[in-house]
Amino acid sequence: MSDSQVQLPIIDQPQSNRRGFMKTVGATLGLAAWAAAMKPLLELTEDVNADEFLQNHYRELTAEQKAVVFKRLEEDAKKEYNADVTISDPAPIENVQFGYALNLSVCIGCRKCAEACHIENNHDRASNNSYIRVFEMEMGGIDFEKGNATYDHPVPAPGKYYMPVQCQQCENAPCVTACPIEATWKEPDGIVVVDYNWCIGCRYCEAACPYHARRFNWEKPEIPAEEVNPNQSYLSNRIRPQGVMEKCTFCLHRTREGRLPACLEACPTGARVFGNLLDPDSEIRWVIENKRTFVLKEELGTKPRFFYYFD
Amino acid sequence: MVQAQTPIRSVQKETSVTLSYLGFLRRAAGVATDGKWHFYVWMILLTAIALVGANAWAQQVRDGMILTNMSDHVSWGLYIANFTFCVGLAAGGVMMVIPAYLYDDEEMHQVVIIGEAVAIAAILMATLSVVVDLGRPDRFWHLIPGIGKFNWPLSMLTWDILVLNGYLLINLHIVGYLLYMRYLGKKPNPKWYIPFVFLSILWAISIHTITAFLYCGLGGRPFWNTALLAPRFLASAFVSGPAFIIISMRVMRLTTNFHFSPKPANTLIQIIRVAMCANLLMLFSEIFTLFYSGGSHAASAQYLFFGSHGANGLVPWIWTAMFLNIVGAILFFTPAVLRRGNIRIIACLFCIVGIWIEKGMGLIIPGFIPSTLHEIVEYSPSLIEWKVTAGIWAFGLLVLTVILKLIASVFTDQFPSEASPNQSTLSKENAASAIPAEATS
Repeated sequence: MSDSQVQLPIIDQPQSNRRGFMKTVGATLGLAAWAAAMKPLLELTEDVNADEFLQNHYRELTAEQKAVVFKRLEEDAKKEYNADVTISDPAPIENVQFGYALNLSVCIGCRKCAEACHIENNHDRASNNSYIRVFEMEMGGIDFEKGNATYDHPVPAPGKYYMPVQCQQCENAPCVTACPIEATWKEPDGIVVVDYNWCIGCRYCEAACPYHARRFNWEKPEIPAEEVNPNQSYLSNRIRPQGVMEKCTFCLHRTREGRLPACLEACPTGARVFGNLLDPDSEIRWVIENKRTFVLKEELGTKPRFFYYFD
Repeated sequence: MVQAQTPIRSVQKETSVTLSYLGFLRRAAGVATDGKWHFYVWMILLTAIALVGANAWAQQVRDGMILTNMSDHVSWGLYIANFTFCVGLAAGGVMMVIPAYLYDDEEMHQVVIIGEAVAIAAILMATLSVVVDLGRPDRFWHLIPGIGKFNWPLSMLTWDILVLNGYLLINLHIVGYLLYMRYLGKKPNPKWYIPFVFLSILWAISIHTITAFLYCGLGGRPFWNTALLAPRFLASAFVSGPAFIIISMRVMRLTTNFHFSPKPANTLIQIIRVAMCANLLMLFSEIFTLFYSGGSHAASAQYLFFGSHGANGLVPWIWTAMFLNIVGAILFFTPAVLRRGNIRIIACLFCIVGIWIEKGMGLIIPGFIPSTLHEIVEYSPSLIEWKVTAGIWAFGLLVLTVILKLIASVFTDQFPSEASPNQSTLSKENAASAIPAEATS
């Protein structure tokens, strides 16, 4: 037995050389096939640069680093969308907690809010994306099972009422807990934001959200140059990259500068009320203190900042 | 001459364990790529499928996840379904270690290493299934603790990353160590692997429990939000893992000189019998609760089993799974399953496919249908998703084939050992004593 063990390699010599040669050929062919299979990735690398790859989390960036990043993003917008944009970074205002309320008695389901969101936030034109979904509900209950978000007829229809749903900016946000890399977090003014340059696109937050408020960029958004909203901010309405999550930010690029959200300005019936929850004289406080308000899925303990009420 | 050689060799070994282990790995690579023509056909076929998958994935990274059929309503699909099954397979691979060590069943010891091999391949498949589901795989480094930003302990996904990688390392260590010792012709030192075996048992339970927590921790998804999910996952893992090992043992018996006594397979069948009953009982209990109380909690189950509002895309899937699981369970209870190899293999295949559907397409997809705002948007995987998933399976089977081939070669002493003739004889004796009376199977 031991003899044959010693001799085997000698007997096998010519054959194992041939085998070795065949293995080398096989490995070379395999590598070539591998390179051919991965070729689509090469076409992608034109768009990706090292600075973007190595960019740190938004909250880790210094003011100088931010300036460099914003400049790069502005150049990218020029290069890829032929649009001259400015990217700002408005900070949360102290002693401000944003809240939103919506009067179900006056909403007529015209979807002007969804349309305004689409334009303001530089959404992909082909998918007609918007952070707001308007549900046509049946009178006699608040049952989404009987609701319909794809209605296509003149509104308001008899026997129906309308319920726009967008991000509820939850106090106890399941999406923030779910994110494995802190790419989404709650800002001091209560707005849940996403760092589009940090998100890896695992979509766990989308599974975690009870309000269908989060959207994924299934492909690179397409917007004609003349339709791009040039007033952009890093955490809100700048054109998102492919493969990352996005969501409603209560238009923080507007609201942190004292303006109102685009969806509110577009509403023809005045159903929407927006303001600072900490300001006792604000309209939103008056609504909460004087109207019968409710929040969606209160039983889940998410503590939404978006209130619904009837007159 | 011989007397002079021996001390020199041993000194060399003690000074360079790393080099010696690398040498072992180099030889292992040689063994893993040597075989008869049907081995090459099998490996080339798997490589080809893996490359088709790699190409499909590369296209998906370039053009975006739009190439899948997922949507904002059904935001996880075939990839995460397959991930869930693979985690179960990985956990189940090691479950069979429990009778071997806790009950000191000596005969189970020889097949433990097969289970570990299945676990390694399954973990790789699970990890790949998550990687291909990422919209931005180029940002993978954000997930690395210390370098990226790791939302631990809050996010269940970070727990899953930790336990899955830890599990892979533990099993690589156990398999590598046992094979290496065998290759050296030494008896494995229990200190270096028994603690890890026990750790891997606990860890196996943890990987599937935490994967269940990924889903059942989401309050907004009533279909997943049930405490029964983790126990159900474990019960089905106790079926799919051992079933996969039985098939692996059968293939090894047919293609290599490595033989098993029939007893381990019988022990595995006992495990499957109990686990399958527990799995079906919990499934029934879940179905009862959902349908008897009704309301919106039952909406997903209604859609899954019977269709809802004219949409019934998952109905054929789940009934296929129910049929396969129940017939598989019945087959496992017939005496023929112990005596006739073919019936056993059919029963195993039925249960594996049944659980793949039940834990995948039948569990992940209905969690999204209807959506959290009760919209019904259906999902069926795109061609790209099928290609990528097939590629992942081909890659997993490629890895499994290589490891099983190494195991067979090392344990039947067909490995081109660097040991001197004396040592090789010694290892031969060890081999005979460690695998007693195997010719029967």
